[in-house]
Amino acid sequence: MTLDSKIPSGPIAEKWDKHKFDMKLVNPANKRRYSVIVVGSGLAGASAAASLAEMGYKVKCFCYQDSPRRAHSIAAQGGINAAKNYQNDGDSVQRLFYDTVKGGDFRAREANVYRLAQVSANVIDQCVAQGVPFAREYGGLLSNRSFGGALVSRTFYARGQTGQQLLLGAYQALERQIGLGNVQMFPRTEMLDLVVVNGQARGIVVRNLVTGSIESHAADAVVLGTGGYSNVFFLSTNAKNCNTTAIWRAHKKGAYMANPCYTQIHPTCIPQSGDHQSKLTLMSESLRNDGRVWVPKMPGDARAPGDIPETDRDYYLERLYPTYGNLAPRDISSRAAKRVCDEGRGVGPGGRGVYLDFAEAIKRLGEHVVRERYGNLFDMYERITGENPYKAPMRIYPAVHYTMGGLWVDYNLMSNLPGLHVIGEANFSDHGANRLGASALMQGLADGYFVLPYTIGHYFASVKRDPVTIDHPEFKKAEESVRTQINRLLSIRGKRTVLSFHRELGKIMWDECGMARTEASLKKALELIPALRDEFWKNVMVTGEGADFNQALEHAGRVADYFEFAELLCADALHRNESCGGHFREEYQTEEGEAQRDDANFAYVAAWEHKGVGQPAVLHKEPLAFETVHLQQRSYK
Amino acid sequence: MGSLSTKHRPYFWTSTGKKFLMAVSGLALVGFIVGHLIGNLQMFLGQEAVNRYAAFLKSTGELLWVARLGLIAMVLTHIVTAVSLALENAAARPVGYAAKTYKEATYASRTMKVSGLIVLAFLGYHLPHFTLLVTHPEYHHLLDDRGRHDVYSMVVMGFQVPWISGFYIFGTFLLGMHLTHGIYSMFQSLGFQTIILRKRIRPAAIAAGWLLFLGFASIPLGVLAGLIQLPSGGLVP
Amino acid sequence: MNLTLRVWRQKKASEPGRLVDYPARDISPDMSFLEMLDVVNEGLIQQGQEPIAFDSDCREGICGMCSLVINGVPHGGHQATATCQLHMRHFHDGQTITIEPWRAKAFPVVKDCVCDRSSFDRVIQAGGFVSVGTGGTPDANTLPISKKDSDRAMDAAQCIGCGACVAACRNASAMLFVAAKVSHLAQLPQGKVEAADRVQAMVAQMDAEGFGNCSNQSECEAVCPKEISVDFIAQLNREYLKTVIK
Repeated sequence: MTLDSKIPSGPIAEKWDKHKFDMKLVNPANKRRYSVIVVGSGLAGASAAASLAEMGYKVKCFCYQDSPRRAHSIAAQGGINAAKNYQNDGDSVQRLFYDTVKGGDFRAREANVYRLAQVSANVIDQCVAQGVPFAREYGGLLSNRSFGGALVSRTFYARGQTGQQLLLGAYQALERQIGLGNVQMFPRTEMLDLVVVNGQARGIVVRNLVTGSIESHAADAVVLGTGGYSNVFFLSTNAKNCNTTAIWRAHKKGAYMANPCYTQIHPTCIPQSGDHQSKLTLMSESLRNDGRVWVPKMPGDARAPGDIPETDRDYYLERLYPTYGNLAPRDISSRAAKRVCDEGRGVGPGGRGVYLDFAEAIKRLGEHVVRERYGNLFDMYERITGENPYKAPMRIYPAVHYTMGGLWVDYNLMSNLPGLHVIGEANFSDHGANRLGASALMQGLADGYFVLPYTIGHYFASVKRDPVTIDHPEFKKAEESVRTQINRLLSIRGKRTVLSFHRELGKIMWDECGMARTEASLKKALELIPALRDEFWKNVMVTGEGADFNQALEHAGRVADYFEFAELLCADALHRNESCGGHFREEYQTEEGEAQRDDANFAYVAAWEHKGVGQPAVLHKEPLAFETVHLQQRSYK
Repeated sequence: MGSLSTKHRPYFWTSTGKKFLMAVSGLALVGFIVGHLIGNLQMFLGQEAVNRYAAFLKSTGELLWVARLGLIAMVLTHIVTAVSLALENAAARPVGYAAKTYKEATYASRTMKVSGLIVLAFLGYHLPHFTLLVTHPEYHHLLDDRGRHDVYSMVVMGFQVPWISGFYIFGTFLLGMHLTHGIYSMFQSLGFQTIILRKRIRPAAIAAGWLLFLGFASIPLGVLAGLIQLPSGGLVP
Repeated sequence: MNLTLRVWRQKKASEPGRLVDYPARDISPDMSFLEMLDVVNEGLIQQGQEPIAFDSDCREGICGMCSLVINGVPHGGHQATATCQLHMRHFHDGQTITIEPWRAKAFPVVKDCVCDRSSFDRVIQAGGFVSVGTGGTPDANTLPISKKDSDRAMDAAQCIGCGACVAACRNASAMLFVAAKVSHLAQLPQGKVEAADRVQAMVAQMDAEGFGNCSNQSECEAVCPKEISVDFIAQLNREYLKTVIK
């Protein structure tokens, strides 16, 4: 099978317009006859479900939370990028495109990224029309701030709760369509399998999390907007229940998984306080606008931060990257933090932390300005750590935050399985090997509001499908396999809890396949993971029944999928003999310790085909052509 | 707009509308109470002032009845709405908490139903006592030297009985407490509250409740303390 | 530290529940409240007992999924703190902690401490939105909005829809939740167009869901993890009254 990315021909700036014209349209009167299943109700899922329903399609939307408003997009703090150039600082579609491709370490598909930059401006217009209360200047116009990896101010924000406000905008649009009867919403419902009929994605099998009943839903197309897989590391900034189940089970049904080794480590998280830790909390990268990152110059310096004089401090980001300084991109800042901690210069319990210091900003701007800009983040820090960041510097440490990899999709956001569309973080498309700050919200909404609604119509109008109902044998087969797995999990009745397995898997992943990877560590992980997986299937204890509200069972199913997924992630990391963005192989680095790409051999998307659990996946390559942006080594010096 | 086929209740019979009814009827009653207190405080000016005022009120004839009917309507509105709200509120939490701690709600705000009921019961004595003169029919015959109904002496005689004074003080205390929350709540329900106003309205409402109580209580206390006495000329039978 | 938990256990909505005592041993003050419950649940599972069901997701105070009444106060009663961000350093060794679900007719219990808050979604469906479809919107800067209005809209829009306001209210009233959405949208020119219809529809739906009425006790504001002010309830009342005058 060859991977056809279906990138339109012509100059990059005209591709999307040309494609919009070339795509087939569905007669408005016929739209009622097409049904779409949208799994996930975050920025991508909610915006897609609402937009598709507005256009007239029959939509069913599913989420595991009790309300679509709780999807994890809500936790994004910093902002959303858009090439509006409101600040007159030289921004443009071209520049946002360029920054994103470069920020992604030249492992993204140019045409997708250009389109993303083009529609970014529409996203802001849409959100403002919905009543999203973006920050404003005294003159009444929108305010912007700068973010890591960019030299222009193009980030729109709503205090430290931008993701929340954008999600509520999309949620309200979705609720409006639910109220009008155009969307049927299924909260507390988890997708457990994809149903493929005649090679086309035609439905899903779900578990009602309240009653435990297994149900099927058929449609003309399935859209997955189920987010990323950071929780394979157990500790991440993702919500506790974020999972890879939907995309993993689609993968097992034939959808290719692309670049799973591209995982982003966010530099500004609150360090772990102990083994009981259930998740890590991120603090917006926007803090780096005014905070200065430093560690003591001397290893093992145990003095309180206030007692360490300037001459004994190492502001290592400012020293190493004078142009970008504290605003160096996420992967670079994270690795720099790991390096200084590895040198024994880390601070706080266990020496896994660096200071983020606002003393200078408080002196320069006054405490009230700092409070106005970051008050809620400072409060959050104090709630979690019990320390007052106005008085002493914060301690931060990198944590897994976002995953650039995901299901492979073409230019139309459709996977290799016809009818299966993947949007937002769940797909691999736009961020390459590293995502820039404030770009996740942009991509989720761009996909949901302005890309998928066009391309899905093209699919309906151009691909013939037979009528299928949930009585089709494929649905029965999928339901049966779901039931079998649930019964198997419940029947083991071993000695260890799901949580303890998840925690151990996460530790393997973080130690062997985290911020820095080596051939040896990955090989070790690939031995440890299957062994732990075998133990899981022999010794896990899942209490309760299947036909009931059973959180232990939900968690068990998700962790079972993480075990399989983790193996693919490590295999992908092992095969990619280069360093790029969020994938850092210690063998491949420059003399200064920066990522060393191998464009001659690895300028491709690695799309993996499932061949069975425990069997090696088959690699398919989509070569990446850089026609507009010239390949270069990323430099933020 | 709303796409759900929710049956709309009549405008003033929604939860927001009912709060409006409570506030407006409460406002009218507070207005009456303030007027009533100002009238009552003339007790400190002596027999002539009080009896002249009482005679003036009586002389308004039909107007007095219009006012009385208006008051009765407001009281009924206040009571009927309160009962409806209380029933809905009770239904809104069928299973209660095993442990419940309040952080902000004042004692007065949590006892509005009880204080309201006791004030109502108080009225049940107060009106027969001083207005309808049912409890003490002999008050009918009290006349001052100008032949007017001697309201002044009636009140003094009434309050010289300690348990009656005590009952009035208790009743007006609960009324004052009811109003410390009621007056504040009125502004909120009528939507007058703003960030700047709230800081002032809350203490002002508490002050108003206490002032009204102290004003009303000053009369029986004044009688008991001997500050307000029967006219020196004795009673005209 | 060691604690005693007195937890509401209820198999399902149709069956009565009861409080059951569980010991919580070796709890670190650095744990969050939910991490403490994770530890207790681990112990229960290892004994083959069903763990305590409770909702949580983001565990950073923004998704609004967590919902426990702790010693009689929703979210435990620390300023601007949701249960997931409440830390055990606020409790002391030997303490008995009562843990219950939100209690309201409009929030029926699903299991143990998990309740169904879909009534909130239906209130939003009734009118908690601006009726604009995707596309065709004007440039974002064509509509200047004063910083003051925008900030005030944001103050209201911060609501995370957790339902603590309902849980705390003696009358199980949803006024603060409804007021936050009505005020957020009424504060902005985009939302003013439909303000009258919106407030009527949302109040009607709120009543239909069986929430109680507001007694202006501000208990909601005191427990709100986002510190939404009851001034917005006054604004809701104002918006509602305005619809008569118009």
